[in-house]
Amino acid sequence: MLLTLFYILSAITLATAFLTIFSKNPIHSAIYLVLCFFSIAGHYLMFNAQFLAIVHVIVYSGAIMILMLFTIMLMNLNKEDEKNKSMLTRISAVISFCLVAFVLLAAFIKAQPVITEYKVSGQDYQSIKVLGQVLLNEYMVPFEFASVLLLVSMIGAVLLSKKEHINN
Amino acid sequence: MENILQQIGIENYIYLSTLLFCIGIFGVLYRRNAIVMFMSVEIMLNAVNLLLVAFSTYHQDASGQVFVFFSMAVAAAEVAVGLAILVAVYRNLNNIDIDNLKNLKG
Repeated sequence: MLLTLFYILSAITLATAFLTIFSKNPIHSAIYLVLCFFSIAGHYLMFNAQFLAIVHVIVYSGAIMILMLFTIMLMNLNKEDEKNKSMLTRISAVISFCLVAFVLLAAFIKAQPVITEYKVSGQDYQSIKVLGQVLLNEYMVPFEFASVLLLVSMIGAVLLSKKEHINN
Repeated sequence: MENILQQIGIENYIYLSTLLFCIGIFGVLYRRNAIVMFMSVEIMLNAVNLLLVAFSTYHQDASGQVFVFFSMAVAAAEVAVGLAILVAVYRNLNNIDIDNLKNLKG
Protein backbone atom coordinates (compact mmCIF):
# COMPACT_ATOMS: atom_id res chain seq x y z
CA MET A 1 0.00 0.00 0.00
CA LEU A 2 2.66 2.52 1.08
CA LEU A 3 5.03 1.22 -1.57
CA THR A 4 2.42 1.79 -4.28
CA LEU A 5 1.82 5.30 -2.97
CA PHE A 6 5.58 5.91 -3.04
CA TYR A 7 5.86 4.73 -6.65
CA ILE A 8 2.91 6.88 -7.76
CA LEU A 9 4.33 9.99 -6.02
CA SER A 10 7.81 9.35 -7.44
CA ALA A 11 6.40 8.93 -10.94
CA ILE A 12 4.56 12.25 -10.60
CA THR A 13 7.71 13.96 -9.25
CA LEU A 14 10.01 12.73 -12.02
CA ALA A 15 7.47 13.23 -14.83
CA THR A 16 6.61 16.81 -13.83
CA ALA A 17 10.32 17.61 -13.38
CA PHE A 18 10.97 16.42 -16.95
CA LEU A 19 7.94 18.33 -18.26
CA THR A 20 9.24 21.49 -16.51
CA ILE A 21 12.37 21.28 -18.61
CA PHE A 22 10.77 20.21 -21.88
CA SER A 23 7.79 22.59 -22.10
CA LYS A 24 8.47 25.46 -24.46
CA ASN A 25 6.24 27.97 -22.68
CA PRO A 26 7.75 29.22 -19.37
CA ILE A 27 4.28 29.50 -17.78
CA HIS A 28 3.68 25.79 -18.40
CA SER A 29 7.12 25.07 -16.89
CA ALA A 30 6.13 27.00 -13.76
CA ILE A 31 2.83 25.12 -13.42
CA TYR A 32 4.55 21.74 -13.80
CA LEU A 33 7.11 22.83 -11.21
CA VAL A 34 4.29 23.61 -8.75
CA LEU A 35 2.98 20.06 -9.28
CA CYS A 36 6.49 18.72 -8.69
CA PHE A 37 6.75 20.66 -5.42
CA PHE A 38 3.36 19.40 -4.25
CA SER A 39 4.40 15.80 -4.87
CA ILE A 40 7.62 16.41 -2.89
CA ALA A 41 5.44 17.78 -0.06
CA GLY A 42 3.57 14.46 -0.33
CA HIS A 43 6.86 12.64 0.18
CA TYR A 44 7.49 14.73 3.31
CA LEU A 45 4.02 13.81 4.60
CA MET A 46 4.85 10.14 4.05
CA PHE A 47 7.88 10.65 6.29
CA ASN A 48 5.48 12.12 8.88
CA ALA A 49 7.43 15.42 8.74
CA GLN A 50 4.34 17.63 8.98
CA PHE A 51 6.18 20.87 9.73
CA LEU A 52 8.43 20.55 6.69
CA ALA A 53 5.53 19.59 4.42
CA ILE A 54 3.60 22.72 5.41
CA VAL A 55 6.66 24.98 5.19
CA HIS A 56 7.55 23.47 1.82
CA VAL A 57 4.11 24.20 0.38
CA ILE A 58 4.13 27.74 1.82
CA VAL A 59 7.68 28.67 0.76
CA TYR A 60 8.02 26.89 -2.59
CA SER A 61 4.50 26.73 -4.02
CA GLY A 62 3.36 29.90 -2.28
CA ALA A 63 6.28 32.31 -2.36
CA ILE A 64 8.91 31.21 -4.87
CA MET A 65 6.56 30.12 -7.65
CA ILE A 66 4.41 33.24 -7.31
CA LEU A 67 7.60 35.32 -7.59
CA MET A 68 8.62 33.41 -10.72
CA LEU A 69 5.15 33.67 -12.29
CA PHE A 70 5.09 37.41 -11.65
CA THR A 71 8.53 37.78 -13.23
CA ILE A 72 7.44 35.76 -16.28
CA MET A 73 4.36 37.93 -16.71
CA LEU A 74 6.35 41.13 -16.10
CA MET A 75 8.82 40.22 -18.82
CA ASN A 76 6.00 39.10 -21.14
CA LEU A 77 7.69 35.76 -21.71
CA ASN A 78 4.52 33.72 -22.05
CA LYS A 79 5.18 32.94 -25.66
CA GLU A 80 7.35 30.37 -27.35
CA ASP A 81 10.08 32.52 -28.82
CA GLU A 82 13.10 30.56 -27.72
CA LYS A 83 15.49 29.98 -30.55
CA ASN A 84 16.73 26.45 -30.95
CA LYS A 85 20.02 25.62 -29.38
CA SER A 86 22.60 24.08 -31.64
CA MET A 87 22.48 20.31 -32.02
CA LEU A 88 25.94 19.92 -30.47
CA THR A 89 24.85 21.59 -27.21
CA ARG A 90 21.73 19.42 -26.99
CA ILE A 91 23.61 16.19 -27.65
CA SER A 92 26.31 17.07 -25.12
CA ALA A 93 23.62 17.94 -22.54
CA VAL A 94 21.95 14.54 -23.06
CA ILE A 95 25.30 12.72 -22.90
CA SER A 96 26.36 14.48 -19.69
CA PHE A 97 22.94 13.79 -18.12
CA CYS A 98 23.27 10.08 -18.93
CA LEU A 99 26.85 9.95 -17.63
CA VAL A 100 26.08 11.73 -14.34
CA ALA A 101 23.00 9.56 -13.74
CA PHE A 102 24.94 6.40 -14.60
CA VAL A 103 27.89 7.19 -12.33
CA LEU A 104 25.77 8.27 -9.34
CA LEU A 105 23.30 5.39 -9.62
CA ALA A 106 26.09 2.83 -10.11
CA ALA A 107 27.89 4.15 -7.04
CA PHE A 108 24.73 4.00 -4.90
CA ILE A 109 23.65 0.56 -6.15
CA LYS A 110 27.05 -0.89 -5.25
CA ALA A 111 26.96 0.71 -1.77
CA GLN A 112 26.04 -1.45 1.20
CA PRO A 113 24.09 0.00 4.15
CA VAL A 114 25.91 0.17 7.49
CA ILE A 115 22.80 -0.76 9.45
CA THR A 116 21.30 -3.94 8.10
CA GLU A 117 18.56 -4.36 10.68
CA TYR A 118 16.54 -1.17 10.96
CA LYS A 119 14.89 -0.60 14.35
CA VAL A 120 12.47 2.10 15.41
CA SER A 121 13.31 3.64 18.77
CA GLY A 122 9.78 4.97 19.25
CA GLN A 123 11.15 8.31 20.35
CA ASP A 124 9.47 11.49 19.11
CA TYR A 125 11.94 13.37 16.94
CA GLN A 126 9.98 15.23 14.27
CA SER A 127 6.89 16.78 15.80
CA ILE A 128 6.67 20.56 15.63
CA LYS A 129 7.36 20.80 19.38
CA VAL A 130 10.66 18.89 19.20
CA LEU A 131 11.74 20.70 16.03
CA GLY A 132 11.10 24.07 17.66
CA GLN A 133 13.17 23.11 20.69
CA VAL A 134 16.07 21.90 18.52
CA LEU A 135 15.85 25.01 16.33
CA LEU A 136 15.89 27.49 19.20
CA ASN A 137 18.37 25.70 21.49
CA GLU A 138 20.98 24.01 19.35
CA TYR A 139 20.65 26.08 16.18
CA MET A 140 19.93 29.49 17.71
CA VAL A 141 22.79 31.40 16.01
CA PRO A 142 22.20 30.01 12.48
CA PHE A 143 18.50 30.81 12.93
CA GLU A 144 19.29 34.47 13.65
CA PHE A 145 21.74 34.58 10.74
CA ALA A 146 19.02 33.23 8.43
CA SER A 147 16.95 36.31 9.28
CA VAL A 148 19.94 38.56 8.48
CA LEU A 149 20.35 36.70 5.17
CA LEU A 150 16.69 37.25 4.27
CA LEU A 151 16.94 40.96 5.15
CA VAL A 152 20.09 41.39 3.04
CA SER A 153 18.53 39.56 0.08
CA MET A 154 15.42 41.75 0.35
CA ILE A 155 17.50 44.94 0.27
CA GLY A 156 19.56 43.51 -2.59
CA ALA A 157 16.48 42.65 -4.63
CA VAL A 158 15.06 46.16 -4.17
CA LEU A 159 18.39 47.79 -5.12
CA LEU A 160 18.90 45.56 -8.15
CA SER A 161 15.45 46.08 -9.63
CA LYS A 162 15.54 49.86 -9.30
CA LYS A 163 15.14 51.55 -12.67
CA GLU A 164 18.62 52.24 -13.94
CA HIS A 165 20.02 51.93 -17.45
CA ILE A 166 23.53 51.02 -18.42
CA ASN A 167 25.07 53.74 -20.57
CA ASN A 168 26.39 52.18 -23.70
CA MET B 1 5.47 3.29 16.17
CA GLU B 2 5.46 2.68 12.46
CA ASN B 3 8.28 3.90 10.30
CA ILE B 4 8.03 4.45 6.58
CA LEU B 5 11.57 3.26 5.93
CA GLN B 6 10.74 -0.24 7.17
CA GLN B 7 8.33 -0.62 4.28
CA ILE B 8 9.99 1.37 1.52
CA GLY B 9 13.69 1.34 2.29
CA ILE B 10 16.23 4.13 2.15
CA GLU B 11 17.67 2.98 -1.19
CA ASN B 12 14.48 3.87 -3.09
CA TYR B 13 14.71 7.41 -1.77
CA ILE B 14 18.40 7.60 -2.72
CA TYR B 15 17.58 6.57 -6.30
CA LEU B 16 14.69 9.04 -6.51
CA SER B 17 16.80 11.95 -5.25
CA THR B 18 19.67 11.04 -7.57
CA LEU B 19 17.38 11.00 -10.60
CA LEU B 20 15.76 14.28 -9.57
CA PHE B 21 19.19 15.90 -9.14
CA CYS B 22 20.30 14.64 -12.57
CA ILE B 23 17.12 16.05 -14.13
CA GLY B 24 18.06 19.41 -12.60
CA ILE B 25 21.57 19.23 -14.07
CA PHE B 26 20.06 18.29 -17.43
CA GLY B 27 17.73 21.31 -17.31
CA VAL B 28 20.58 23.72 -16.61
CA LEU B 29 22.58 22.31 -19.53
CA TYR B 30 19.72 21.85 -22.01
CA ARG B 31 17.68 25.07 -21.82
CA ARG B 32 18.90 28.58 -22.37
CA ASN B 33 15.96 30.49 -21.00
CA ALA B 34 17.33 31.85 -17.72
CA ILE B 35 14.04 31.42 -15.81
CA VAL B 36 13.78 27.73 -16.71
CA MET B 37 17.41 27.33 -15.63
CA PHE B 38 16.42 28.85 -12.28
CA MET B 39 13.62 26.31 -12.00
CA SER B 40 16.13 23.53 -12.67
CA VAL B 41 18.30 24.83 -9.83
CA GLU B 42 15.20 24.69 -7.60
CA ILE B 43 14.65 21.06 -8.64
CA MET B 44 18.24 20.24 -7.64
CA LEU B 45 17.80 21.95 -4.25
CA ASN B 46 14.63 19.96 -3.69
CA ALA B 47 16.34 16.68 -4.50
CA VAL B 48 18.94 17.41 -1.82
CA ASN B 49 16.25 18.45 0.68
CA LEU B 50 14.33 15.22 0.07
CA LEU B 51 17.44 13.13 0.74
CA LEU B 52 18.19 15.14 3.91
CA VAL B 53 14.70 14.43 5.24
CA ALA B 54 15.04 10.75 4.30
CA PHE B 55 18.28 10.41 6.24
CA SER B 56 16.89 12.44 9.14
CA THR B 57 14.16 9.82 9.39
CA TYR B 58 16.71 7.04 8.94
CA HIS B 59 18.80 8.27 11.87
CA GLN B 60 15.70 9.45 13.80
CA ASP B 61 17.34 12.79 14.45
CA ALA B 62 15.75 16.23 14.13
CA SER B 63 18.93 18.00 12.95
CA GLY B 64 18.42 16.96 9.31
CA GLN B 65 15.00 18.57 9.22
CA VAL B 66 16.34 21.78 10.79
CA PHE B 67 19.00 21.82 8.07
CA VAL B 68 16.29 21.52 5.39
CA PHE B 69 14.59 24.51 7.00
CA PHE B 70 17.79 26.58 6.61
CA SER B 71 18.27 25.40 3.05
CA MET B 72 14.74 26.60 2.24
CA ALA B 73 15.60 30.04 3.65
CA VAL B 74 18.72 30.18 1.45
CA ALA B 75 16.68 29.06 -1.59
CA ALA B 76 14.16 31.85 -1.00
CA ALA B 77 16.94 34.46 -0.72
CA GLU B 78 18.64 33.10 -3.84
CA VAL B 79 15.45 33.26 -5.92
CA ALA B 80 14.67 36.83 -4.82
CA VAL B 81 18.12 38.14 -5.77
CA GLY B 82 18.34 36.03 -8.93
CA LEU B 83 15.00 37.19 -10.27
CA ALA B 84 15.93 40.82 -9.53
CA ILE B 85 19.11 40.32 -11.58
CA LEU B 86 17.02 38.80 -14.39
CA VAL B 87 14.66 41.79 -14.36
CA ALA B 88 17.67 44.14 -14.59
CA VAL B 89 19.09 42.09 -17.49
CA TYR B 90 15.75 42.10 -19.28
CA ARG B 91 15.49 45.86 -18.95
CA ASN B 92 18.81 46.35 -20.70
CA LEU B 93 18.75 43.57 -23.31
CA ASN B 94 15.00 42.96 -23.82
CA ASN B 95 15.39 39.20 -23.53
CA ILE B 96 16.81 36.76 -20.99
CA ASP B 97 18.58 34.42 -23.37
CA ILE B 98 21.79 33.49 -21.56
CA ASP B 99 23.73 33.42 -24.83
CA ASN B 100 23.52 37.24 -24.83
CA LEU B 101 25.22 37.55 -21.47
CA LYS B 102 28.74 37.47 -22.79
CA ASN B 103 29.96 40.85 -21.60
CA LEU B 104 31.69 39.46 -18.53
CA LYS B 105 33.89 37.28 -20.70
CA GLY B 106 37.50 38.02 -19.85
